Order: sequence, then structure tokens, then C-alpha cells
Amino acid sequence: MSSPLDPPAPEIRPSLRQWLASDAPTSRRQAMLGNFYRGVVALCSNPAALTGLLIVLTLIMIAIFAPLIAGHVSPVHQSLADRLAPPSSLYWFGTDELGRDIFSRTVHGARVTLTIVMLVSVVVAPIGLAVGLLAGYLGGWVDAVLMRITDIFLAFPRLVLALAFAAALGPGIENAVIAISLTAWPPYARIARAETVTIARSDFISAIVLQGASTWRILFRHIMPLCLSSLIVRLTLDMAGIILTAAGLGFLGLGAQPPIPEWGAMVSAGRDVILDQWWVATIPGIAIFVVSLGFNLLGDGLRDVFDPKNT
Amino acid sequence: MIEVHNLSVTFRHGGHTIPAVRGVNFTIVEGETFGIVGESGSGKSTILKAIAGLVKADAPGLKINGQSLGIKRTKSDRHLMQFVFQDPYGSLHPRQTVDDILLEPLLIHGVADAAEKVTIALNDVGLLPLHRFRYPHQLSGGQRQRVAIARALILRPRILLLDEPTSALDVSVQAEILNLISRLRRSYQLTSILVSHDLGVVAHLCSRIAIMQSGRLVEVLDVDSLRRGRAKEAYSLDLLAASRGFSRTPS
Amino acid sequence: MSEGPLLEVEDLSVSFSGRCGITRAVRNATFSLGRERLGIVGESGSGKSTAGRALLGLVPPSGIVTAKRMSFAGQDLISLRDADWQALRGRRISMVMQDPKYSLNPVIKIGDQVQEAYRLHHRSTSEEARRRALAMLDAVKIRDPDLVYHLYPHQLSGGMGQRAMIAMMLIAEPDLLIADEPTSALDVTVQNQVLRILDNLVTDRGMGLIFISHNLTIVSSFCDRVLVMYGGRIVEECQANALQAAKHPYTRALLKAAPSLEHPLTELAVVKRNPEWLL
Repeated sequence: MSSPLDPPAPEIRPSLRQWLASDAPTSRRQAMLGNFYRGVVALCSNPAALTGLLIVLTLIMIAIFAPLIAGHVSPVHQSLADRLAPPSSLYWFGTDELGRDIFSRTVHGARVTLTIVMLVSVVVAPIGLAVGLLAGYLGGWVDAVLMRITDIFLAFPRLVLALAFAAALGPGIENAVIAISLTAWPPYARIARAETVTIARSDFISAIVLQGASTWRILFRHIMPLCLSSLIVRLTLDMAGIILTAAGLGFLGLGAQPPIPEWGAMVSAGRDVILDQWWVATIPGIAIFVVSLGFNLLGDGLRDVFDPKNT
Repeated sequence: MIEVHNLSVTFRHGGHTIPAVRGVNFTIVEGETFGIVGESGSGKSTILKAIAGLVKADAPGLKINGQSLGIKRTKSDRHLMQFVFQDPYGSLHPRQTVDDILLEPLLIHGVADAAEKVTIALNDVGLLPLHRFRYPHQLSGGQRQRVAIARALILRPRILLLDEPTSALDVSVQAEILNLISRLRRSYQLTSILVSHDLGVVAHLCSRIAIMQSGRLVEVLDVDSLRRGRAKEAYSLDLLAASRGFSRTPS
Repeated sequence: MSEGPLLEVEDLSVSFSGRCGITRAVRNATFSLGRERLGIVGESGSGKSTAGRALLGLVPPSGIVTAKRMSFAGQDLISLRDADWQALRGRRISMVMQDPKYSLNPVIKIGDQVQEAYRLHHRSTSEEARRRALAMLDAVKIRDPDLVYHLYPHQLSGGMGQRAMIAMMLIAEPDLLIADEPTSALDVTVQNQVLRILDNLVTDRGMGLIFISHNLTIVSSFCDRVLVMYGGRIVEECQANALQAAKHPYTRALLKAAPSLEHPLTELAVVKRNPEWLL
């Protein structure tokens, strides 16, 4: 590995941790990984954030391995003889009004929730970022037009607009995602714009302008990476809201359609029997609560990690 | 080499217009270091930014090597002159390593052998290879200013504009940076303009010094007159007296 | 009035424990102050500001302050409780910070802030306090005190703001003023006006002044005595007018590193730091 010309290798190879935490990295890769490592260490040294991260990771694992975890009990398999059975060793979380296993439905519901969350972030973050970057950097009439459009979308009551869209396009997960995204992007545009305006005034952007960089290069190579962190924090904090809106749409029958095991729809279905068979509505309710809490904790932790004062 | 003719800059803020620079004229010959001193709000930094094209002058009145520069700068105009900012904490991108920062101008202008040029640039400003992949927050103020100088010089500009390059630094670090600037200026035959509020710093580096007050150029002195306190205008004399320290007997 | 020194400090140390071990910001500083202008100079990180803050009990909670002796006008400062500090701060010891922009409350009128500072320590009618505040604004050479009284901090220039700040700190007539880089954010000509005001206050009222600065020229021309700090340690103590003849290699190097108007040099001396200076 070392040629004779190399300086003599140090006798003790630095451990991975030392290599990562080194403040004199020898390659671009080490610098990047080192920065990432410091972020992870900071995140993990914050108990609340760590809890959030664990919850979110658990959600992802459950979603991926749903069939294994649910013991191959189909979430849509009906067993009318066992309908509304209380939690037992056979049905850990009981069964619903059609005799479907609530444990299996909750586990599979993680997939639905995660899909919605991912689709919404994939749509919302780029739109908000693009609108905010352009408005903030170009200023003038571009800014005025883009921000007025943003204001219009901000002025709509979120759930009502989502309801209207879902009603117009027909109920279903895809349409729920579109409806949520339409109402969720404006705050991101605002954050991105505010950040861009501040960043664009800084000396390091002036320096890049003076190097002769094009507007696109400045926007995407220099300003965007700095906006991303606050967007990610906001997105993480918003996840809870998105999950709740999706659940709300499901509860109103405008989100996921039966027999898809969506948590909001499950709560809705258990509403009629909530006094006698509490588990039908409570279990998916707890799932919504825990996952929302997890995203919130993670978001707060990420905010601390990304805080420029710490880096 | 640089002719500034009737340069005026007006800022518009809300409904107000603030004249920051009013009808300033001077010429700088090749290889010269020209100093501009003045107090805050005198427009000294604005002149520098107008020359660099960072703020808009009211009318194009700038000639480099006899050629007029437009208000909008081309890529080759940018290649010709570079800028060093006052605050080494704010002039480097916080999420880029020194390597990224120095590569960027080379990539923009499509310069070949970029990696090698970065090595040379680091060496020029007295930074070690171990600094190459550090982030700005892992460097001291003096090291950051060295990176900023390396970035300004990596395209081999003919003109270097220095906006209070050492005012955010400690005296001992300032000495190192001033020595570095005077060495690089010699080896790359730079023509430069240095803006500062510190007469000592300006006198140390410059051959001629312009004194600014509220947007106007009061007078241009050569360094000997400045050192001997031979200024014509009352304001320049005040400034000279004030910079010699506190005196109990008011003049 | 002239019974012994105003302030006596012996073996003052301040250390902060952080993630990467203990940082000793001030190490065994010993000095005393009469009714005079004492300058503390040093570069950033030399501990000069921390030392000033320790005298006011303003070191952040993470810092540990120890001293063999720290007494102010015969009163022991080491064993002081928070409530005692409150009574002392502002009334008998005041501090002026570097930037008036951050030390004045942006939403309260200048006059009201000055008046408030007075009423905090003196029982008085609002009319009396107002009169005092106007007189104080006048004393710090604010040209039109009646007008400035009703202005907000953002409506003042840097020099005016700093004068208002000084007025606020001096209205309670403290015996000791600690000024931490009070003129660094100001232009040179304004700087000298502010210094003149401080100077008159020391001479007229017999106040003690600790003047913390990084600027050797100002300190040597303004103060009576100078302490030079390096790495938390006082490496040199001398009469201000004898600073040019300083003995410690660090002081000498600092003096040579600053480009001067009078003595042209082709190359500035670079400060070579010696770890022994910290021993």
C-alpha cells in the first residue's frame, strides 16, 4: 500500500473515529465524511433527537419489513367470525369490525404513511426551494410575482383546500398527496427566499460574483446548499403535520380508500365502536401520535445540528 | 492603468437617495499601490466596489488600460481584477472546504491543471497541504484571510482590490498578512488599491494615498507627505493628528 | 479619598471547562488600581475582556473564578452573593462595552434609558431623574440633549450612541468604570472625542478607569499605566509613556508589528510566540 517514497507510515494506524474527527483531512472525501460524522455525533448526543431518529428509523424498518413483522397475516384478510376481538395472543392488537388483524394493518399502515410522507416531500421541497431561490436572488418583479402567488396559496385554509382537491380529483392516496403538496409548499418558498436574501448579501457570494460565476452556478452551487439545511429541518417538523393531514383526509374518507390500511381511515372506522372496542381506533391513533412525535423530535435535533453556530 | 473619471455612486433606499461617492477622479499607474483612507461612511469602500462592479456607478467612468469598462462586467473583466474583503469570517463559503473555494474560480474560467494550481496557490500564501481540505470554521482569522488572498490571486489577475484586508485581525496577524500582500504584489507585479481606515497600514503599503470625506476626495498625498504630516486640507491634518493617538491638549 | 488603592486583585484566575478540556482564560493576574487610568492591552484571546468581566462578577456560569484577594474600596468581592453584586454593579462599578448598537435597548428612548439607570440606584422623583439625565447627556458632550433625550438608539451615530452609553453608565456616579474597547467601533476623530470625555471624568470626579483595548497607540497615549496580557497572563506592567521601552519580548514584538506612520519599514516584524511566556 505504501511505496518506498512515501514518508514512513505512523506506527499506529489512526482509528476510524480519529480519521473522521481529524481537523486536518487529507482528501475531499475525508473532509465531507468528517463533517457528516460531527453532525451525527451532535445529533446522537442530544437524547430527544436520538429518540426521534430511532422512532423514524423504526418506522422505516417496519415499513420495509412489514410482511415479515406482521407474520404474513394479510392486512386485508377478513375473518368475520373474529370481528371486534379484543387484543389477545392471537390478535395482538385485536381485530376491527371486519375481523381484520389490527396489528397487521398498523404495521402495513406504516408503508402507506411513509409513502405519503415521501411523495409529499419529493414534491414540496423542490418547488418551494426553486420558487424561493429565484424570488430571493433575482428580486424585482420576479420576486413580486412569485411571492404574490405564494401568498395566494398561503391564504387558503390548508385542510379545506386539500378537501376540495381530493373531492374534485376523486379520493385516493395520489390525490391526497397532490392536495397536501399544493397547500404545503408556500412556507418552504418563504423560508428559502428569506435565506436566499440574507445569503445573497454576504461577502462570499459577492466573491463568487467577482469570480465571474453565472447566476445559475451561484444559485445552485453556492446558495442552495445553505438553504437546504433549514428546509430539511422545516420538512422534518412538517412531517407530523403532513401525517396528520393525510390521516385527517383518510378519516374523512378522502384519502386512502378501503381496504388500504391507512391509519387515519382506521381511526375513522373505529369511531363508531370507540366506547366498547377502544382498541380499534386507539391503536392506529397511537401510531400516528408516536410517528408525529418522532418526526418533531428529530426536526428539533436537526435544527440544533444545522445551527451554523455549531459548525 | 486604472483611470477613474468622475465616479459617482448613489444609493436608493426607500424614497431617499444617498450620494455615497460624488465625482471622484484619480489615475493609477501600472504596478502602483494606491491607498484610500477615510472614516466610515466616507465612501472609500464604495469606490472599490464600484471599480469591481459590485455596486452600480451612476455613469460608466472607468478605464482600464485605456479601455472603458461597461457597467455590466464580462467574464474577462472579472479575470482582470479580484477583490479581498474585509471580513475573513464572511467572505468564505461556510460549507465549502478550502479546496472547493480555490477550485471554483478555476472551474468557472475553465482553467487546466486546476488541482496543481490550487497546490501552488496554497503554497504562495503560506498555507500547508493540511489546510487544503479544512472548512473555514476550522481555520484562524489570519488563515482565512490567506485563503481569501489565494482565491483572489489564483486567476492571476492584474489588479487586486483590497478592502480593509486586515482590520478584522490582531496586530500580530495583521503584520503577517501585510508582509504577505507586499511579497505577492512584487512577485505577481500587481497593481492594487488598498482601502483602510488605518493610516499606518496605508502608509506601509501605498505610494500615493487619497483621503476621502463624505463621498468626496479631499486630496491625494504621496506617502512622504503623509508621513511628515504635510497635508494641505484641514480635514487631512485632523485625520493625521487623530491617528497619532490621544492627546490631552486639544489642537 | 486617597486611602489606599481603589481596587486590589491578587492571583485572579478564570477558567472555562469545555468539551476539549479546561481553558484558562486568565491566569494568576495580580494588579491594583488607584484613581487613575489603567490600560489593559492584548490580542484576541489574551483574557483582557474576561479579566474585566470577572471584576464585575459577569463571567458566564461555566467559568470558574478564583482569586487570593479581590477587593474594591475595602470590600471583599470574592465572597459576594448575587444580590450584593446587583447593588454594586452600576452603582459603584460600571462597564462600557464595545458596540453601543448591542448594549442599548433598541425600543426605549435614550433619555429614558439614562434616567432609568439613575433611578435604579437613587430614590428620586421622575422630574429629578430627568434633570439628571439631561445634565449627564450634556456632560458627555452631546450637543442637543433635549433632542437626543427623545431619540431611539438607531437614530444615533456610533459616536453619539457610545456617548449615550457612557452617560448611562456614569449617571449613578460609579467609583470605577471598566471600558471594554469603548472606541474600537468608532472612527479615529470621534474616538478622540470620546476619550476626552472619559479623561475629563477621571480627572474631575476622581474615578478609576480600566481601559481594555487592543490598540497600543491609544492605550499608551491615553492611560497612566499599562498591563500587557498574553495568553491570560499579565506579561508586562509599565507606565504608559514608557511603553516604547517595554522589556518583555511579546510587548516589544507587538510594538514592532504595528505599521507606524513615523517609521517606515519594508517588512513588519512577525511575532514569534514563545511557550515560556505562559509559564
